[in-house]
Amino acid sequence: MTDVEETLLPGVGVRHDFSTEDGRRLGVIVHRSGRRELLIYKKDDPDACRVVQLGDEDLRVLVELLGGTQIVERVANLQYAVEGLAIDWLSLPARSSTVGKTLGSTELRTRTGVSVVAVLRGETTYPSPEPDFEFAADDVAVVVGTPEGIRSATAYFQEE
Amino acid sequence: MLLGADSEIASALIELGLVIVGLAVLARIAVRTGFSPIPLYLLAGLVFGAVAEPSVSENFIELGAQIGVILLLFMLGLEYTASELTTGLRTGFRSGLLDGALNFTPGVVAGLALGWGWLTAVLLGGVTYISSSGVIAKALTDLQRLGNRETPSVLSLLVIEDLAMAFYLPLIAVLLAGSGAVAAVTSVALAFGVAGIALLVALRFGDVMSRAIFHHSDEVLLLSTLGIVLLVAGAAERLQVSAAVGAFLVGIALSGHVARRAETLVTPLRDFFAATFFVFFGLQIDVAALPEALPVAAALAVVTAVTKVYTGWWAARRVGIATKGRFRAGTALVARGEFSIVIAGLGVAAGLEGELGPLSAAYVLILAIVGPLLTRYSDELLDVARRRLVTA
Repeated sequence: MTDVEETLLPGVGVRHDFSTEDGRRLGVIVHRSGRRELLIYKKDDPDACRVVQLGDEDLRVLVELLGGTQIVERVANLQYAVEGLAIDWLSLPARSSTVGKTLGSTELRTRTGVSVVAVLRGETTYPSPEPDFEFAADDVAVVVGTPEGIRSATAYFQEE
Repeated sequence: MLLGADSEIASALIELGLVIVGLAVLARIAVRTGFSPIPLYLLAGLVFGAVAEPSVSENFIELGAQIGVILLLFMLGLEYTASELTTGLRTGFRSGLLDGALNFTPGVVAGLALGWGWLTAVLLGGVTYISSSGVIAKALTDLQRLGNRETPSVLSLLVIEDLAMAFYLPLIAVLLAGSGAVAAVTSVALAFGVAGIALLVALRFGDVMSRAIFHHSDEVLLLSTLGIVLLVAGAAERLQVSAAVGAFLVGIALSGHVARRAETLVTPLRDFFAATFFVFFGLQIDVAALPEALPVAAALAVVTAVTKVYTGWWAARRVGIATKGRFRAGTALVARGEFSIVIAGLGVAAGLEGELGPLSAAYVLILAIVGPLLTRYSDELLDVARRRLVTA
């Protein structure tokens, strides 16, 4: 994790800054009015910086260019890949008979044509679980399949 | 009779209009050249005083000047939030002590050397001590240095000076009132107590007070803020604690959202009345005394410019800033301005040594212009100095 330093600027606002991977320093001033300035520290004089004023519109564009669009792109790809298929998040009730069974023994793929691509358990994610993956109560299974397949998988997970 | 009053109003309006149009031209020049308008307003006052003193609108200008001082101090108190004051005090305490020792002393020494009384010398110490947060903030913004790593050191020194004013001004006010020793001690204790309580109230209950004053309408907020400031200022003056001090404490006590909005609402009024104040200060000064005051002012300016540069240098070095940044921090602090004039104004109003006014005016004229110039070219100056050293 990058260390972001926070400095209070009395009468002005707050400055946040951090070092980039190649050792340059970047920062942002948030003025009391909410106005933001981008700071690019100089190489030859690391205490001084170039300042770029950012308006609301500029901010949005910059954020999108730097990171936002990547996310948008990924989501678009996902939708493209699953055209004709459905993707869903199915939670496993504690009283479900599936709790304690392994993924292989549920024969979910054979019964419904649905694949479990990942299981979310609390804060952890188990991507591409193996057949010997054992379900626990309150797991969330990320499944991909036809809409009908997902409906029957949902019903199967609800079985007691 | 009625006709006479009418024509008096007419000439007062015309006179006032001329003065304000003159100030507008000066403000325009200041914006064009990137300088603080304060020295220009002072000069305007000096010129008006020498050439054609406004006679009909004098009362208005005098009252306006009073309001100007009150609003200047109110907004100085308003400038920092409670948390900024405490953090500033914690991080800048040592630099603040050095700042006081290095920049207050030359004024006091100069005053005593000129054969002035202690009180006037202490006032001159205040004049040389306090940097102009207005001029400095403007210079840092214009030069795009707010993001620089030495800037927090500069700002926290300004915070400390701000806090120092909270105790210096009441002290001065009491001493100027000139009562007996016992009465003075009680008054000082009272003033310090009030200042301390106001600070405490601001830190603890600032949000409660601010919520009580808060209103969505700008008009309501402006009128309530202004009313309270003038009331407290007036009450403080009645108690011989000086109106400026009262206004300053109200500024400190207000915080958060209300403070930010009051700031935007009061700023235009402050600009107008503060300009009036600088002109009024210039008007009061005997222009004939200026040439005599100028050499002393220049010498004092040189000494206190050096001491301020060293203060900033030292403060920046403490937080690991390199040479160039240290010099930028030091030169940024050199500018003196509005508050030096406010302090000198207190002395002039109380009828202390006549030379205090001209000397302070000349001193501020020099440093309000030289300070921003020094810091603008600080990198270049340092390069020149280094080359000199290398060749020597």
